[in-house]
Amino acid sequence: MRIAKLVVLAGMVAAVSGCSIQPWVKPYEREHLADPIMAFDRDPVSSAYLDHVFDAREGARGATGGSGGGCGCN
Amino acid sequence: MTRMTTSRIVHFLKGQPGKLLALALLACAALGHGGAARAGVLAEDRADALYHRYQGGGVEIQGPSVLVRKKIGENFAVNANYYMDFVTSASIDVKLSASEYKEQRTQKSLGFEYLHGKTTYTANVISSKESDYVADTATFGLSQDMFGDLTTISMGYRRGWNHVYRNIKDADGNKARDPTFAEQMDTRAYTVGISQILTRNMIASLNVEAITDQGYLNSPYRSVRYVEPGDPRGFALQREIYPRTHTSNATAGALKYYLPWRAAIEGYYRYYSDSWGVKASTVDLTYTHPAWRRWIFDGRLRYYTQDQADFYSDLFPRQNYANFLARDKELASYTGYTIGFGASYEFSIPWAPRWIQKSTLNARLDHILIDYDNFRDATKTDPGNGVLAGGEPLYKLNANVFQLFLSVWF
Repeated sequence: MRIAKLVVLAGMVAAVSGCSIQPWVKPYEREHLADPIMAFDRDPVSSAYLDHVFDAREGARGATGGSGGGCGCN
Repeated sequence: MTRMTTSRIVHFLKGQPGKLLALALLACAALGHGGAARAGVLAEDRADALYHRYQGGGVEIQGPSVLVRKKIGENFAVNANYYMDFVTSASIDVKLSASEYKEQRTQKSLGFEYLHGKTTYTANVISSKESDYVADTATFGLSQDMFGDLTTISMGYRRGWNHVYRNIKDADGNKARDPTFAEQMDTRAYTVGISQILTRNMIASLNVEAITDQGYLNSPYRSVRYVEPGDPRGFALQREIYPRTHTSNATAGALKYYLPWRAAIEGYYRYYSDSWGVKASTVDLTYTHPAWRRWIFDGRLRYYTQDQADFYSDLFPRQNYANFLARDKELASYTGYTIGFGASYEFSIPWAPRWIQKSTLNARLDHILIDYDNFRDATKTDPGNGVLAGGEPLYKLNANVFQLFLSVWF
């Protein structure tokens, strides 16, 4: 019960402070992350096609970040 | 009225630390990430026109893909994709139990995005048509930026309705749909993901997807082979039989790092398992290197390995050996290697309209090699020269995947 109260207290503290987890990488420090070469999917038209190529030839599927439609490609 | 409401809330929460915590978290969401939050942004307006070509294993597939996305105001965006495959197939499966065929697949998709504060809602409809397979898909998703935009969480749902048909040759030898065969297959997929800024040079992502299929899951054309001593080749063929359900789970993590000389390196790993007994791992490494102001080069190494499905065999001991029978090489045990290179050149056209902000011309070539551990080239059976059924050389697939595309930002 004591643990439950502590959890509740922690939750209330978080609420009162607006859950103010301070961003440890400030917006003005994100120059490198904003560079197009840092995008996980720089060219969606190309990566969607390549995902489809692998999907049709491999048993594994999913968790690629895209959402392709169905086909009878196998 | 206020006192009454407060009293009700206190009564509701009395002795309920779980409810109190839930309320605290809701308040947290409202205070920290709703009211005071800055709005997110939608991706840039962009159009891509791509030509793709796959060649390998007796199969050639080529065609165009056009993708356009456009913002409407600051909160709405729409995207549309038109994709075509022109297929000529004389694959090893086709050579064993069917005849070479030509096919055309057309896929169209339309998507909407709506940005509200830090939340982006997405909806897509996708329609894919070929002469013996029609697939309609709908997706819904949302993503939420939080913790000072260091973290983005996302979740999605996909529903697919597929109609499977079979082509035969009519009396004149032309391709026609078999009127006696029509099956269905439904798909549901659930995804959750998180993207996290770790340092000023590093970002990570984690995605989990569960997919479940129900209905007709095998190919209406493919056969399995079984030992038949009376046949000159030593084997005979029968139609494959799959379970009518298939559930899979995939978990993928990626880490991307910005290198000091303005380049990026990415590592990706995915673990996959399904209810058919297939387990697979994918490792993908990508290096991106800008050069000479206008060029960006990409290099990629990809490794893939999987264990076979429980009901897969290259050669079954006899006809109707088990309830489920498969000889799909995608369900065999094998290892695949991919090496790829890409180049992107940014250019400007002096007479181009002002609304075009940036243009790139991109080319990419990937070579795929797959070494099968237990899928043999059954077209090479030759008992007269000592190559018996089950003793043929193991199959290898070598394929080249080429892409050429033009991208315009406007």
